[in-house]
Amino acid sequence: MEFFQSLLGPAWPVVWTLVKIIAIVGPLLLAVAYVTYAERKVIGYMQVRIGPNRVGPLGLLQPIADGVKLMMKEIIIPSGANKKLFLLGPVLAMAPALAAWAVVPFSPELVLANIDASLLYIMAITSMGVYGIVLAGWASNSKYPFLGAMRSAAQIVSYEIAMGFALVGVLMAAQSLNLVEIVNAQKGSSFFSWYWLPLFPMFLVYLISSVAEINRAPFDVAEGESEIVGFHAEYSGMAFAVFFLAEYANMILVATLTALMFLGGWLPPFDVAPFTWIPGFFWLIAKICFVLFLFLWFRATFPRYRYDQIMRLGWKVFIPVTLVWLLFVGAMMQTPLGYLFH
Amino acid sequence: MMKSLNAFFKSLLLIELLQGMAVTGRYLFARKITVQYPEERTPMSPRFRGLHALRRYPNGEERCIACKLCEAVCPAMAIQIDMEERADGTRRTTRYDIDLTKCIFCGFCEESCPVDSIVETRIFDYHGEKRGDLYYTKQMLLAVGDKHEEQIAKDRAADAKYR
Repeated sequence: MEFFQSLLGPAWPVVWTLVKIIAIVGPLLLAVAYVTYAERKVIGYMQVRIGPNRVGPLGLLQPIADGVKLMMKEIIIPSGANKKLFLLGPVLAMAPALAAWAVVPFSPELVLANIDASLLYIMAITSMGVYGIVLAGWASNSKYPFLGAMRSAAQIVSYEIAMGFALVGVLMAAQSLNLVEIVNAQKGSSFFSWYWLPLFPMFLVYLISSVAEINRAPFDVAEGESEIVGFHAEYSGMAFAVFFLAEYANMILVATLTALMFLGGWLPPFDVAPFTWIPGFFWLIAKICFVLFLFLWFRATFPRYRYDQIMRLGWKVFIPVTLVWLLFVGAMMQTPLGYLFH
Repeated sequence: MMKSLNAFFKSLLLIELLQGMAVTGRYLFARKITVQYPEERTPMSPRFRGLHALRRYPNGEERCIACKLCEAVCPAMAIQIDMEERADGTRRTTRYDIDLTKCIFCGFCEESCPVDSIVETRIFDYHGEKRGDLYYTKQMLLAVGDKHEEQIAKDRAADAKYR
């Protein structure tokens, strides 16, 4: 490493950062591919089918085959579409989904940019994702994508409020905006000290609004294959694939954030011998997989919400619930029982 | 009052959603009944109506006597028959075409046939790669019949007492 450092001289920090970025994005995109596989398998099993099992052993090469197929296909740009904005849409959807990973810690040391307000950074960056969707629906110059984009915009903006309030609860409890510190603040003897328990309503609200935030079933009215096809109806080939990647990258991101903020990140479930031997990184992966599995489970179970029901749930249920619990947590912290909420 | 309060807590505590997830969760471990198609096949009735075939008598003479009943009964008008008198004085077809893209596989041709010549077999997984591939001529239909005569005869025998 010193050899390369002396070889590259002043360019070294840039190159080293790039290497680290690739080390995060590479496995992430691979994970995205296999989340699609897991989704098809899990939902298949829940519907008493067996899912993809033809391409490679157990169908494990299916995502690769899907990727190759999408790459070979033609990117059709509708004649009425605004070409530049049309192609900017997928880029704007993908960029935030990847950029947010810069501050995600995988263990106390393993983080690309350990900035102080990383939670704020993530909130800011993930809010950008909706622009890609709105732009795609607008630039397609077609009614169904436009409908999908409008639904998506309203939905994401509404649920961001509930989600933000749920996170306020977390940062009140952790007294920090830094994700590493938030996880460390959850340290205790067992998984009861993680924030899912003292902030249980927040945890549920966060989990459900994050499903809405990433436009997944049962809140997938923006896509709604069976009714309006969705904001990416006019996209094909790689341009469509980028939207697809962004959706699944967001899914993994949200699962990671849930694991970090409510499920103790890399902390083992019990702080005793056999559990502490396993490196924290694997605990984090296990928790991410658990939350991802929940998302797939939701999709296999629940029918799509009606649009007005989504709005009602966001504005009239989640926001009041989080507000009440914020007050409750704030009040409890002033009492002798406050240690339960730290 | 009690009822609405009950409903309120039921929805707030996500009771029904959790019950739904319990159902799908159970089915995750249920035995899968998918039939792995090319390797495994579902059982099939002897009356199955798939690809057509023209049969022959055991001595090699084709059964069809060009009575044109099948042509007349075909609701999709998929059958075309031309006939002539052969040197030995019998009626035989010179042309017996079935356009499988028109055929609706109703089985009327088979029902109407007085000599059990035109039959529908169990074959359902055939395909055409270009336009016209599914226009079956007499030669092709006879070839199908020759190839699968054993199965065809067995199916007719199994169904004979119900006809």
